[in-house]
Amino acid sequence: MSMFEWLAPALLLLFAGPLHAAEGPGLGAPANEADIAAWNIEIQPDGKGLPAGRGLAAEGEKIFAEKCQRCHGEKGGGKPNDQLVGGFGTLSAPEKPAVKTVGSFWPYATTLFDYTRRAMPWDAPRSLSNPEVYALVAFLLRENGVIGADDAMDADTLPRVVMPNRDGFIPFPRKPF
Amino acid sequence: MSGQNTSGAPPAAGGGLLDRRALFEGALGAGLLSASGAAAETLGDPVWTQKPGANFTPYGQPSRFESKVKRVWAPPANPATPGIGASRTPHQFLDGAITPNSLHFERAHGGIPDIDPEQHRLVIHGLVKRPLVFTMEALSRYPMKSRIAFIECGGNGGSLSQPVAQNVDAQAIRGLVSCAEWTGVPLSILLDEAGVDPAAKFVFAEGADSAGMSRSIPLAKAMDDALVCLYQNGERIRPGNGYPVRLLAPGFEGNMNVKWLRRLKLVASPVMTKDETSKYTVLLDSGKTWQFIWPIEVNSFITRPSPGIGMPGPGLFEISGLAWSGAGQIKTVEVSADGGKSWAPAALQDPVLPKALTRFRIPWKWDGGPALLQSRSTDAAGNLQPSRAAMIAERGLRGQFHVNCILTWAIGANGEASNVYV
Repeated sequence: MSMFEWLAPALLLLFAGPLHAAEGPGLGAPANEADIAAWNIEIQPDGKGLPAGRGLAAEGEKIFAEKCQRCHGEKGGGKPNDQLVGGFGTLSAPEKPAVKTVGSFWPYATTLFDYTRRAMPWDAPRSLSNPEVYALVAFLLRENGVIGADDAMDADTLPRVVMPNRDGFIPFPRKPF
Repeated sequence: MSGQNTSGAPPAAGGGLLDRRALFEGALGAGLLSASGAAAETLGDPVWTQKPGANFTPYGQPSRFESKVKRVWAPPANPATPGIGASRTPHQFLDGAITPNSLHFERAHGGIPDIDPEQHRLVIHGLVKRPLVFTMEALSRYPMKSRIAFIECGGNGGSLSQPVAQNVDAQAIRGLVSCAEWTGVPLSILLDEAGVDPAAKFVFAEGADSAGMSRSIPLAKAMDDALVCLYQNGERIRPGNGYPVRLLAPGFEGNMNVKWLRRLKLVASPVMTKDETSKYTVLLDSGKTWQFIWPIEVNSFITRPSPGIGMPGPGLFEISGLAWSGAGQIKTVEVSADGGKSWAPAALQDPVLPKALTRFRIPWKWDGGPALLQSRSTDAAGNLQPSRAAMIAERGLRGQFHVNCILTWAIGANGEASNVYV
């Protein structure tokens, strides 16, 4: 990832400083992965963390109409909350408002799974099954023209989806810290 | 009183700015001060002097005469999803550098959770030798550190990147920065206890709120000065600011200071969460987007005068405001009364602390005519706060986040201030 090559010198520099003499009383209890599995939910861009299950856009369309549309509009067209579909061509047109949607702006499809599962629907987060989340992700990717209508999303296919704005993010030009 | 400078204080810049030292060294002169006194009135004993007052209260509240001093927030775009948004600090009514806990800004992505500290846990896992889980009682037994630090939402100042100036006050423009004394356990102690794997480069930090708000923090920052905080200005952290435990990443953008902290996972690279990709990134006119703008850049604004805090007539006033930088201490603040044509250095209120709000002050003789008040700060690393034009030249108007340009108050003949673009 190019951003890390750029960050590396700054990170190393700070890391090389004197480390901390302070010691704690050692009160952390051992945590085993089984006990914390329900919390261990983040999905990394390489797909690490994606669960079993799969979903199709057609299934996701039904769930979206039932649970998502009232905030995100028909087929993710937006209003009253965030627009999720469309907006292509607006990012590099400074004279227009930028329409930053999942399709036009988000760099990683894995983020869509992560965020939908952790935080949506707004009034009942963590209530969707993993296949339901895959189906919703497939629906939004299909509506954005990123995948085909019959492309199933699962732990194998989702990380291989290349989002249209994947290369749109660049490092901040001044030193990170 | 006339606008003529009858004081012994020398002018420091155009538009009536006086030497900052006049505030402290009596150079303003007795003649000037006596001219501003109230008209004579006969003083008697008011009712609160003639009978005993109220009993004590278990948890104090401000005087009922201060009811206008409160946080405000915009109504949510969707009434069905309250709790998405932010409440803002009323800086125009405050002085000093510390924000009272009841007025500290709050940002929430899924409402403010009502967390029982007995049931809350903090987990450290991922690329560590020993995954650990902490109760709040266990955390409270660790050696603690206190530091005074600002926290600023990455979206603060967004109204300065509108095409035309908004008719709003200091609270609406700059109310998403606050400053408190934060007390907690150095994160490095907890990470050392878990034993960080050399492959780890980032700490994924996640909240227990319904949005599961989460960010990837560079490990170097986590080991340098991050605190796992339990206390805010001496008391347990307020619910809106992360009760019972939040991360403090001093100087870094607000939402990296993860509230309601429940999980820290050591990872090799950023998780690319929603709030570090689709939000809190800066879209440029080229169509490219800056990502990982971690520290807040050098900034300042004038809190008084400001919209709603005007002047009754010409005379001597103190211009006062706040400056801060995520890069360290504030070195200088300059103030202009003529829209940036001339600048005078302001006095900085001690102590000037790194990554904390710094109060500045300068005396000003307002002659009753139009004035354009601005402040610009420079931090110890030499970074100078940009003009709005310079900011737009670099990044356009659609960036939305990390807006740190100079703010201008126009003073009208009626003594009222309003936000303008110059």
